[in-house]
Amino acid sequence: MWGHFMLHDAVLVAGKDLRIEARSRVALWQVVPFALLVLVLLAFAIGPDQASLRHAAPGIFWVALLFSTVLAIQRSVAVESGEGTRDGLRLSGIDPAGIFLGKAAAIGVQLLALQLILWAGVTFLFDVRVHVIWLAVVACLLATVGLACAGVLYGALSAGLRVRDTLLPLLVLPVLAPVLLAGSKVWQAALDNNVSSGTQWLKILIPFAVVYLVVGIVLYGPLQEAA
Amino acid sequence: MSTSMSTSDGALRTPWRPRWLAVVGIGAVVTAALTVWLGLWVTPPDEVQGNLARLLYIHPAVATVALYWAGGVALLGSLLYLWPRTRSFFWDRLAAAAVEVGAVFSALTLVTGSLWGRPVWGVWWTWDARLTSTALLLLLELGYLALRRVPADAHIRAKRCAVAAILIAIDVPIVHFSVDWWNTLHQSGTVLDPGFNLHVHGSMLWTMLLSFLAFTLIFVWLLAMRYRIEVLQDAVGDQELEVSLSERWNEDAELVGVGGGSGAPGGDEGGGS
Repeated sequence: MWGHFMLHDAVLVAGKDLRIEARSRVALWQVVPFALLVLVLLAFAIGPDQASLRHAAPGIFWVALLFSTVLAIQRSVAVESGEGTRDGLRLSGIDPAGIFLGKAAAIGVQLLALQLILWAGVTFLFDVRVHVIWLAVVACLLATVGLACAGVLYGALSAGLRVRDTLLPLLVLPVLAPVLLAGSKVWQAALDNNVSSGTQWLKILIPFAVVYLVVGIVLYGPLQEAA
Repeated sequence: MSTSMSTSDGALRTPWRPRWLAVVGIGAVVTAALTVWLGLWVTPPDEVQGNLARLLYIHPAVATVALYWAGGVALLGSLLYLWPRTRSFFWDRLAAAAVEVGAVFSALTLVTGSLWGRPVWGVWWTWDARLTSTALLLLLELGYLALRRVPADAHIRAKRCAVAAILIAIDVPIVHFSVDWWNTLHQSGTVLDPGFNLHVHGSMLWTMLLSFLAFTLIFVWLLAMRYRIEVLQDAVGDQELEVSLSERWNEDAELVGVGGGSGAPGGDEGGGS
């Protein structure tokens, strides 16, 4: 019964966040162009050589995704930063775990859309062809769960602080490093048609996603009180 | 007014300083001096690495303190603070002190490892699993300390920092395993930690064990001193608050005294409550 309420609350919160995004279009006009900008900048840093670009493409994809995740988290926190908004959410009787899941789901949906665009970007810019598509897709789905859950937790940790915009990247990027490592390796394997290496690396993404999902459900309540 | 001043003054005048702390401090100095003497003069140079092997008396002990002692105390303190039944600022201060001392030891681990790596491996830095995970640990600890510096209500700050420390503790094994795999998958000739390929025996083994004791005692002493500073900081904060409050009270009292005391002399004494 509790689980049912929690999911119902999560859907409400996710719907609210996504509706705000759909109306304000900040994700569309700021986060997406920023992600593409990171692709182009990293390509500049590596140079025009097609072979080295293709070699670096998985890493570039995941770095762009990580940086954009930070922006998405900041946006998700900013939505709640208005006068009394967080108190309103807390007093609405919605389960903290439901709020956590809802906010994570909203970020997750945005990250999935962003990954589709980035995928198209690396295909177009670096002439990359993914051979084992299911492997790359599974990596993206698992990474989305992990990034969204860890992101919402750290967003809540920095919420309400005057220095949150400079503090959040410092706190969250080292935490997301395993996703960058494992995600790049799975993508490399998917490009090289090396399924066994790819599935090995999925074993990092699975615990990352599960652990941050569970810890988020447990810790979001105390964290919300501390914000 | 004077009684409330004396309580916070008392906390400053007789700060927390147990007797065992002096024993730990003396023990740390003696064991560290013995380690230096044994490590530099008594033990022979290594057959393969010569004098470079003497770093064995510093680096493993420093790394052990950084990873296990500091990490363990920080995690334990944070968990016990979050648990409502054991919630006390003692655990919060202890965890914060452990992370700060841990950050120093993590940095020392990287520096001493790098000093050894340059002549032996030929590079200051290599993307080995242990190096990478230690570097990330240091960055995570710096993030925690940055969060700690953000001014906030003491309870809120303590709760926030406790959650941050637990999240760091979760991340460390994941980072470690991921870089471990990354390395073993792509580098067949992984360079081993010095402990794995050196034959440690005789006086070298004793010196190494002594170094573990020395750095553990240093860690305990630093942890306790850092804890003491946290206590003092809180006492100073309380005192400043009380001083400014009492000044404010006096201002009000004087204003009342001036306003109401135009006809009645001695009204300024009445505001001293």
